[in-house]
Amino acid sequence: MNTILLVIIGMGIVTFLPRMLPLVLLQNKTLPPFLEGILKNVPYAILGALIFPKVFLIQKDPLFGVIGAGTAILLAFIGANVIIVVLGAIAVLSFYSFLF
Amino acid sequence: MAEEKTGSFKPGLQAGASIAIGYFPIALTFGLLSKTTGLTLIETVLMSLIVYAGASQYMGLSLIAAGTSPFVIILTTFVVNIRHFLMTAALNQKVEEPSKWKRGLFAFGITDETFSVLAMRNGKIPLGYGFGVTFIAYASWVVSSGIGYVIGANLPQFLQASMTVALYAMFIGLLVPSLKKSVKVLFLAALSAAFNSIFTGYGVMEEGWSIIVSTLLSAFLVEMAETYKRKKQVKEK
Repeated sequence: MNTILLVIIGMGIVTFLPRMLPLVLLQNKTLPPFLEGILKNVPYAILGALIFPKVFLIQKDPLFGVIGAGTAILLAFIGANVIIVVLGAIAVLSFYSFLF
Repeated sequence: MAEEKTGSFKPGLQAGASIAIGYFPIALTFGLLSKTTGLTLIETVLMSLIVYAGASQYMGLSLIAAGTSPFVIILTTFVVNIRHFLMTAALNQKVEEPSKWKRGLFAFGITDETFSVLAMRNGKIPLGYGFGVTFIAYASWVVSSGIGYVIGANLPQFLQASMTVALYAMFIGLLVPSLKKSVKVLFLAALSAAFNSIFTGYGVMEEGWSIIVSTLLSAFLVEMAETYKRKKQVKEK
């Protein structure tokens, strides 16, 4: 078999395992309340880490990320739907990079 | 029971639409990069089909180009993706599905982005909804990789650049509503953002580890603070 195919299959397996194991093995298991509490916090915490600091580094121009994130925060804050937040940020940045 | 299983696939597709938009430019670039690395079209699409993980696929290409041994490439991929362990552990209780096989199949579609959409949903996740979100994201990823390979990343430059913000805008759009309702969420997000900025900014650890460690630290510290506060309130009563 060709090496690249082998690499792809290997990468696929090690990517799938961490995704699959908790959902299959932890089913119907009760965890200690403190641990359960930590897991409940994970989504909010991980969003913070996924957004910052990388949003400022998406283009060489750091203002790009600032404007994009700023637009998104503003739109989300006034209660816009997620897809509107996404399209709005793209639109404002298209305008910005079209101009400069 | 909030929704019938069959009735929740479509709302899932709608909820996943932002991800599909966000994946488009990234997968397009991946396809182009894969071509310049020397992979065939079939290998490129297979990688998106089988691996389905943005960061690791980019990394895989550069390691293949550098002639790294398959074992090291696979090991590095594992390290980059270990954070999914945390995500599916957090989703476990929310997923309404008794069959282990279906849970396993659903797990394949969990990425940073699908996880965020699913985890921010109020209440339980019917599997139909889960498959709706993951399917549209997966389809966009695989198809866009192929398009990128064949026609190249030929969007107008200003659009190509501005679309790179899409996934971050989506994360913000998902986080802000909860943030408005709860100070706890604000602390959780701000703490992990600060840790992650410090760890990656000062090169303390690589991004894959940094996201895991920052998330766990923040989730742990806030939980400690809350437990402490609760105990104190009980004592005062």
